Amino acid sequence: MDGNINKTVIRLEHIGMIYKTGTINYEALKDINLTIYKGEFFSIMGASGSGKSTLMNILGCLDQPTSGKYFLEDEDVSTLSKDRLADIRNKKIGFVFQGFNLIQRLSIIENVELPLFYAGVPHKEANIEAKKALRLVDIAENKENNFPNQISGGEQQRVAIARAIVHNASIIMADEPTGNLDSVRSNELMSFFKKINDERNVTIILVTHEPDVAAFAKKHIIVKDGHIVDN
Amino acid sequence: MKFPILLDIQSAFKTFARNKARSFLTTLGIIIGVASVIATVSIGQGASASVQNAINALGSNLLIILPGSSNLGGVQTGFGELSTLTLQDAKAIRKLPAVKTDAANIRMNEQVIWRGNNWGTSVMGTSSTFPVIKKWPVTKGEFFDKQQDDTAANVAVIGTTVATQLFGLMNPVGHIVLIHNVPFKIIGELKAIGFNAFGQDQDDIVAIPITTMMEKIAGISWVNIIMVSAKSKKDTGLAQNQITALLRQRHHIPPHKPNDFYVRNLTQIAQTAGSSAQIFTILLAAVAAVSLLVGGIGIMNIMLVSVTERTKEIGIRMAVGAKKNDILKQFLIESSVLSLFGGVLGIGLGVGISDLISLISPLHTILTIEPIIISIIFSVAVGVFFGFYPAYKASNLNPVEALRYE
Ligand SMILES: Nc1ncnc2c1ncn2[C@@H]1O[C@H](COP(=O)(O)OP(=O)(O)O)[C@@H](O)[C@H]1O
Ligand SMILES: [Mg+2]
Repeated sequence: MDGNINKTVIRLEHIGMIYKTGTINYEALKDINLTIYKGEFFSIMGASGSGKSTLMNILGCLDQPTSGKYFLEDEDVSTLSKDRLADIRNKKIGFVFQGFNLIQRLSIIENVELPLFYAGVPHKEANIEAKKALRLVDIAENKENNFPNQISGGEQQRVAIARAIVHNASIIMADEPTGNLDSVRSNELMSFFKKINDERNVTIILVTHEPDVAAFAKKHIIVKDGHIVDN
Repeated sequence: MKFPILLDIQSAFKTFARNKARSFLTTLGIIIGVASVIATVSIGQGASASVQNAINALGSNLLIILPGSSNLGGVQTGFGELSTLTLQDAKAIRKLPAVKTDAANIRMNEQVIWRGNNWGTSVMGTSSTFPVIKKWPVTKGEFFDKQQDDTAANVAVIGTTVATQLFGLMNPVGHIVLIHNVPFKIIGELKAIGFNAFGQDQDDIVAIPITTMMEKIAGISWVNIIMVSAKSKKDTGLAQNQITALLRQRHHIPPHKPNDFYVRNLTQIAQTAGSSAQIFTILLAAVAAVSLLVGGIGIMNIMLVSVTERTKEIGIRMAVGAKKNDILKQFLIESSVLSLFGGVLGIGLGVGISDLISLISPLHTILTIEPIIISIIFSVAVGVFFGFYPAYKASNLNPVEALRYE
């Protein structure tokens, strides 16, 4: 597709995840092997409870696997400290969640500035970057100082995309981003993901159980009972 | 990975602005604690300053002789409770070589009689310089002069309480009263000055020349307090020894028995006043500690609620790159700003209360910068200390679980 198709961004080797609740161990992921290349638009599908979010949390460095190795841009991140993982999330990964996950107390622009705030970018500069990101997802300037509950769900999710790309993340991870949107808004949102993928060559990993949504991606896997069953 | 702390402080203020009532109620403990400390310290400092002023006004070579037994193990609580000193003792003390013959003050409790009325008061034998030394002028008539003092004239100057009790609204000047069966002509009335720092009515007094007291009041007259001056400052110790020896001899006290009187010099009095001020300060510190503890627990409580309420926010912040210390710092700053805010309000309230006390009560309050600075430092310290546990809890949340929290 494009020139850097061969550059590996993510490589999972024999990843396993066991949740321990009291005396019960639940094996949510079993021997996951996966390679994702730079600029790919990748979808993970599967039934509810199959382990998609568990996989996504590991990919997003929010959680660590109980076994196996995870290489993110050739760095083994499966055993890093929590602070180091926070740093990686800040620099390399942008998240878009099903529930939007904007901080309600903060204005829209402040929400978008947040990753830059933790990166130590001066506020003036952060503000400029946040405005740029918001323009990219078609959020008008006059809505910047609104609070999340003052805009629609579709707009909130676009703000979340702006927050995901504001720090020039190389990977965007979206876990059921259209789960709370109707089909018109879903398509609209997906077209923004496509635009970012096309224009900025950002790797996008999308979790969804809707085939229409998954259709925006160019590569697909299906997870079932903690296994990858289909490529 | 550094960003200006100002942004955190600004964000803390925004948080409180969105929850004004709760923030105010949370800091109420700190507000009341700090306000009570400021107000009580200002009362304490006012009281100790007026005690110091009173002591300084007496002069540095002053000696005070009080009745009382030193084996009672303490300073007597009020005047006139024990009767061991007589007017004859006072006369003898005045003749000692190390003691100045003028400038003395003797007080005894006596009945003052005018026609059918009589009133028990403190009769003070003093000299003509009294109004000047004490800065206590007469408002009606005049004070006795040096000549009346020298000739032991039967004249008296009365305080307003005595005037009101005996004469009601009449002008007392010119009337004759009986004290210890001796007739005295009232020649003046002292200006009303009210109660002193110990709650005694200072206007309940009759001043007569000390010479008259010594020469004309016969029989056994119990004395409450004798104040004399040593000839010079360096004679103070000598005078003290002479007085002690004289009184032991006059009271026939055998060598192994303790004194039945006290002789105190100014240094000893100042020390006593100082040590009671110290006890007062320790008590205040204890009250302050308890109220700040209560205030701190209030802050900890609300910060724990806040951390729980904002679990999702913490998860989001962590997802976009906040580290443990970033979260810790955010909540510590919030709790410190909250308690500092309480401290500042408390100082305002405390200053107001202190001024009000000065205005509407006889107590004189003194505000200094120290308790204000200490209050500010303390309230921030309380915020950091009691905010630490909630902040630590927040910073240790697991990002996946925090994000899932609804
Ligand atoms: N923190 C956890 N503790 C225990 N079990 C969990 C935890 N998170 C997920 N699971 C279990 O792991 C399985 C996969 O969950 P998840 O990855 O959320 O599925 P999906 O996103 O595909 O619906 C489910 O059975 C779920 O109950
Ligand atoms: Mg899921």
